[in-house]
Parts: sequence; structure tokens; C-alpha cells
Amino acid sequence: MKRIFVTCLAAAFSLQAAWAETLTIYTYESFVSDWGPGPEVQKRFESQCGCTIEWVAEGDAATLLTALRLEGDAGRADVVLGLDTNLMAEAVQSGVVLEHGLGQLGFDLPIAWNDPVFVPFDYGYFAIIYDSATLTDPPASLAELASGSPGRDLIIQDPRTSTPGLGLLLWIKAIHGDDAAEVWGILSERLLTVTQGWSEAYGLFLAGEAPMVLSYTTSPAYHQLAEDETRYKAVIFPEGHYMQIEVAAVAASTDQPELARQFLSFVGSRDFAEIIPTTNWMYPATDAGDALPDVFRNLDKPDVTLLLAPEDVAANRKEWIREWLEAVGTK
Amino acid sequence: MAGGSRHEMIVGQRLLLWPGALALIASPGLAIVAILALLGVATRNETGPLLDGYSWHVLRFTVYQATLSTVLALLFALPVARAFARRSQFPGRTALIRLFGLPLVLPVIVAVFGIVAVWGHNGAVSRTLVAAGLPGFAPLYGLSGILIAHTFFNMPLAVRLLLPVWDSIPGETWRLANQFGMSGWQVFRLIEFPRIAPVIPGIAMLIFLLCFSSFSIVLVLGGGPRATTLEVAIWQALRLEFEIDRAVALAGLQVAACLIAGIAFYRMARSTVSEPTEGRRILRPDISSTASKCGDFLLLSVGTFWIGAPLAAAVTAGISGPLHDVLGRQEVWAAAVRSVVIGLSAGFLALVFGTMLAVTARDLAVRAQRAGLADWVEILGSQTLIVSPVVLGAGLFVLLIPHVAVFDWAIYLAIVLNGLIAIPYVIRLVGPVLRRNAEHHDRLCASLGLSGLNRLVLVEWPALAGTATTAMAISAALATGDLTAIVLFGSGQSDTLAKLLFSALGTYRMGEAAVLAMLLTATCLAVFVVVEGAGRIGRRA
Repeated sequence: MKRIFVTCLAAAFSLQAAWAETLTIYTYESFVSDWGPGPEVQKRFESQCGCTIEWVAEGDAATLLTALRLEGDAGRADVVLGLDTNLMAEAVQSGVVLEHGLGQLGFDLPIAWNDPVFVPFDYGYFAIIYDSATLTDPPASLAELASGSPGRDLIIQDPRTSTPGLGLLLWIKAIHGDDAAEVWGILSERLLTVTQGWSEAYGLFLAGEAPMVLSYTTSPAYHQLAEDETRYKAVIFPEGHYMQIEVAAVAASTDQPELARQFLSFVGSRDFAEIIPTTNWMYPATDAGDALPDVFRNLDKPDVTLLLAPEDVAANRKEWIREWLEAVGTK
Repeated sequence: MAGGSRHEMIVGQRLLLWPGALALIASPGLAIVAILALLGVATRNETGPLLDGYSWHVLRFTVYQATLSTVLALLFALPVARAFARRSQFPGRTALIRLFGLPLVLPVIVAVFGIVAVWGHNGAVSRTLVAAGLPGFAPLYGLSGILIAHTFFNMPLAVRLLLPVWDSIPGETWRLANQFGMSGWQVFRLIEFPRIAPVIPGIAMLIFLLCFSSFSIVLVLGGGPRATTLEVAIWQALRLEFEIDRAVALAGLQVAACLIAGIAFYRMARSTVSEPTEGRRILRPDISSTASKCGDFLLLSVGTFWIGAPLAAAVTAGISGPLHDVLGRQEVWAAAVRSVVIGLSAGFLALVFGTMLAVTARDLAVRAQRAGLADWVEILGSQTLIVSPVVLGAGLFVLLIPHVAVFDWAIYLAIVLNGLIAIPYVIRLVGPVLRRNAEHHDRLCASLGLSGLNRLVLVEWPALAGTATTAMAISAALATGDLTAIVLFGSGQSDTLAKLLFSALGTYRMGEAAVLAMLLTATCLAVFVVVEGAGRIGRRA
């Protein structure tokens, strides 16, 4: 008798689960880790929508775009969260995203934003983070960083798979243009390793494998707030820093565009922005008011901001990556 | 009269051709379909030069590291094997030789963990050096890491392939050597070298082929675009960049290079058996001096440390890792279930197809006297050495992508891929038993009028069951620990234990990696023991 009751109960639950709508969100790994924004985003949105969020995590954001393109219409994604400005044009060209149709939204970004497809959710500046306990005189400028070093002391990410990796590639491209390959040739001498994603690189850095890593100007905020640790610092380069704006969009493969749109408008809300600073450790793209910790306000910001037009990036990314591979990969 | 009796045998037994034909449709049929799919894509798109400077760099590096790995493995293996051969009786010798067989069945990713735990920047050796006031090791990325890992796997393989050659030296030879009072050098030059030299090219080619197609090791220890093999580059082009043209071009290079190496291997290979040696007492003139005893002891110790240390490190780290935390996570157990499902299904698949191929090859060789044709059936069935798992997987991927959500099919694809990969092992194990069956029982069966299913149940199976279950157990255990297929087809929803371990290693969560490595090893072992045990119980019943 008891068994029959349990079976009925289980059946009832699975029916209910089938009725409740499921929103499938493709994102990068660190977003949904226990300490990332994922759990809180899920809690807040699920209480609004009466639906269930299902996360599908790919290694890093550039692999996210590949996954969407690979799956095409056969995919299950309703929303893609975590592409950045450098991948936007390519995502639109390959037809994996849809216009959000939410009209004009207000953002708190360093640049004007009125894209019909993508809703920005945070931004930051790529930077070299160093461990001041083991490195006393970090390179003071990008020129100095790229002027060679006796040892392999820097970990970066692969631009083919990771948005910070791509960011550094564009950063050097924005400053050095056609000489970028030469700069990479020298810089490659100091690379300890090139990882596929940000998580691997930062993990290696924290394990003490190298004193410098490519990350964000906001990374020290994490160590200060979460660990009360000030040894990890960002260097502000006088040449300027490349900016990253992370975005979300409705996936073309969605079968519930309404729910996806509802999620995007949540992404643009203060409710979402409040979660970002202390979980994704970036500046929120929407004003978070008091939820932005003071540590963030006191962080050094670059004087010069660099950002290439998404169309330029889309048109040249493959060629530039080939150039990078030849310069770094064949050394 | 011999010809007459042979003829009777053939008349008495129908040739079973359909199983082999059917199995050939799966392997190499699927591989051919996969390659055609890749070629189809390649001819559809036309963009720029397919093989740029970087592709050639990858090819050069692949050849370079495979050559170095082969040379290192052989240089290491020869003296160690010689020391084993010279000391034919010492306590624990059999156990040591077993230990040298472990790397062959251990999941690659677990061994990589053990190697990082010993030779890594924060590994045991580096820490000991630092504690002694010496400079520690540089981190284990790039060429050095790849070479260490490849030598870990291939030095013991070479030792086990070389030992039987030493054992084949007859006792009379040693008695003569004794009478002449040969020195160690003379023994080597006049007795050992002439026997060892002919088998070296075959072993070298095999190791070269294995290192050339190395995937998991290079994926973890490669360290970026500088140190990449063709296999990893194919995967990157396909899964990370979605540049199918590039993947196809690289796959072409891979297949062409493996084909050349494979033909060379086939030409050079002498049949060597990798059975553990019996410990027969031999009377060599060059083993009684204290210096030679010390030398051999040192060599065996270094060899044992090389293999034993990473294994021991993996076990110790696993036991002292965050057991509670990792084993309490639901996704870990879900991954374990996936690993086991893939392992058992792939093992079964390999057993079925491998046996089908072996039966037909046997019938062709023994009953129809077409040994050449039989060889071809076995070679074609074993094509995964040439058409590597990544190329095969890439082809299936490209073929399926327009029609299904490949990520949802990851587990089934992993089963198929691992099943095909394991077919050669099954053929090699089951084939000889089947041939013996035919040679021993054909005449009896013919005179009793036994054929078809009756013959299979009454005569073939009882003789085959033991080997067949062992073959399935090995295939299943290997598939349980496989990383290649799941990295190729999987996404976050289809993680296996090997994939979880790969991620943990990648993000440097070493404690978690240690527990996962232990769990994965235990799972593979359990799969092996259960399949073998089930076979034994089945035979008794």
C-alpha cells in the first residue's frame, strides 16, 4: 500500500515538473559555479516566473558561441548568457540569436547602448593581475610587459575559447595594429601556459604557478571582500585597457520566446544587477545602487578605454587568431 | 591423404561469412562513412588555404614529440628489461612485472593525475627538492610534461614486449656462454643484441603510433597552442572553433601520417607475446659480480619508482582528499553511472563485433585456407589504429550535426566510439582461441554432424567463454575510463567521471581531482571484476 502511495506521489511530482515551464540557459562554467551568480539568479527569477531554470554550462564564452552554432535549430537553448561585445556580430551573422523586442532599456555603461538583440549585464576591463607577495616590480605598461622577460611568468587564455584571451588579442591589436604579431612573438616568450578558460588560468595563478595572470581590474575586489586579502593587484597600463561588456540574448532555437524575453528583461533589472558585483566580480550594467560595494568604487579604473567595433571584430577575428597562432603557437 | 582430410573438414563445416561481413559494416564501415562525411564538408566549403603555417607546425610537433617519446621509452626500457631478464628469480619479480602492466589498463586521465602529483610544480619530487634547499621543478606543461607521461605509459609496454624475447634465448646458449666465460659486454653483443635488434623496429613503430595519436595526455599537459598534437588540434578546430574545414584538413594529415606509420609497423612487427615470464632459472655468466647486482638493483628500482610513484601518489592523495565532500555530490554519482553504462555497453559492443570478425577470419583462414583474406578482415576490423578515435568521432559529429542535437546523444556516441576502439583487443584475444577450436574440434564436429547453433553452444562457447569475458572486461574497463569520446561529443549534461576529473585537473582543484581519480579507478576495476566474475558464474551454471 505504501509503495503504491509513493509511486503515485512520484508520478504526480513528475507531472508537475513537466507542466512547469523550463527555461534552458546556456552560459559559461564559472557563472553557474557555487560561488558564481547562477544560484542566486535562479532563485530570484524562479520566484518571479513560476518556471524552472536549467543551466547548461560550456567552458568559456567563446565555446558557448561554438556550441550554439554546432547545435543550430536542434539545440535546446532558450537564452544564451555570457557572450561579449566581441562575439555579438558573429552570433547575429550565424543566426543563433533573436531580437529581444523589449524596446529601449536604461543601462549604466561607459558607452551608449541600444542594441536590438543583446541585453548587457556586466562590464569590466581586462588587466594583468599580479601577486605582490612574489612579484615586487610588475611591468608598469603594456610596452614593458611586451618587452621580454627572463622567465615564464604570465598565464593567459586561448582567444579561440575564452573571452579574456580574445580580449588580450584585441587589446594588443587595438594598440599595435599591424605590428601585433611582432609583439606577440616577444610576449610569447614569457607565457607559462595558455589555458582554455579563465577558470583554469586563475586557478593556476592562485596555486602559485606564475606570478601574473590575465584577468580583470575588478579581480582584486574579490580577494579584498571575500578573503580580506590585498596581495593580488591589478596594474593599470597608461596605454589603456580593453573593455569587455558581457551580454545575454534570446537563442534562435528557443521554443518559448515569451519566457526567454521575460528573463532578458530580468537581466536588465536592478534585481539582477545587485547579484553581479560580489558573484561575477564585474561592474553591473544596470545601476545596482547601494548593492555595489565600496571596494568597487575605490578600484583603480583605466584612464583610456579601448573597444573595437563588433563588426570589425567579426570580420577579422579568424584572421587575427591565425596570426596569433602563428606568432604564439609556432615558437 | 592430408589434403583429403582437410577437404572433408571444409565440407563438414559451413563457412560463417555473414558475421564478419556484418561487423565490417560497423568497422571500418562507420569509419569510411565518417571520412566521407568530412570530405563532403571539405568540398562544399572553399575558404582560403586549409593548411596554414600553424597546421604544419602542429604536424611537426606531433612527429617531434612522438619520436622523442619513442626514443626515451626505448632507451629506458632496454636496460630495465635487461635487468629483469638477468635477474630471473627474486622475491616479488612477478608482482613487479604485473605492476609494469598496470599503466596499460589504467584510465589515462588517472595516470596523468598521478604524474602531476609526483612531477608537477607542487608535486612530491619538487617539494622534496625545495625542502632540501634545491630549486624546485618548473611546472609540468608543454613538451616535458608530454614526454614524462608518454614514457610512463610506454616504457613498461616496451619492457613487457621485450622480456619474452630474452626468455626465448635457449638454456644451451647460456651454458655455452658460461663455458666460454663471456663478459657482460660479450653477452650483450653476441647473444642478446642479435635477438633484440630485429624486434626493436616493430616495438618502436607501435610506440610511435600510440604517441602520435595521443589525445588526453596532450589535452591536459599540452599547455596551449605551442604543444599540440594533430588529434588535439582536430578537436579544437571542431569543438572550440567550429572550423570544420580546418578539422577536415588536419584529420587528413592525421590519417595519412598514421597510414604511413601503420604500414611501416605492419611490415616491421614480429609477433611478440606479452605474457609475464615464468621466472625460469638461467645460468648467465655476467650476473654474479657485485657491481652487476648493484647495477640491476638500481635499474629495477628506478623503473619501479617511475611507474609506482605516480600510482602511489594517486592513491595517497585520494585517501587524504576531501572524500566526504566529493562523494556526497549527486552529480558525481550520476557521472559514475554514465561511466559504467558507457563501459558495459561499449564492452558488449566490442565483444559482439570483435567476435563476429574473428569468427569469419577464422573460417576464412582455417576452413577455406584463405589466410591472406582472413588477415585483411582482421586488419580492416582493427582500423581504429589508423583512423584515430578523434577522426572517427569528428566524422560522426559532422555527419549528425545537421540532424540531431549531438550533445543529447553524447552517451550513445561514446558507446559506439569506444566499442569500435576496443574491437582490435577483442580480435587479438578471441581470435587465437577460435582458431584453436576449429583446428581441434572441426573433425569431431563433422563426424557428429554438429553444426550451426548446436555447435556454437556445445563446442565453441565453453572453450571461448573465459577469453570472451576477459576481452569484454578489458574493453569495458577501458571504455569506463575513456575521456576522448565524452570530450568530443559531450556537454555539461553528460559528464562522466573521466570528464569531471579532467575539469578538476584543469581548474587545479587537486583535492577534488584526487578523490575523483580514486573513484574512477575503483569504478573501472569494479567493471572489470564484475564482468569477469559474471562470466565465471555464467560458465559454472
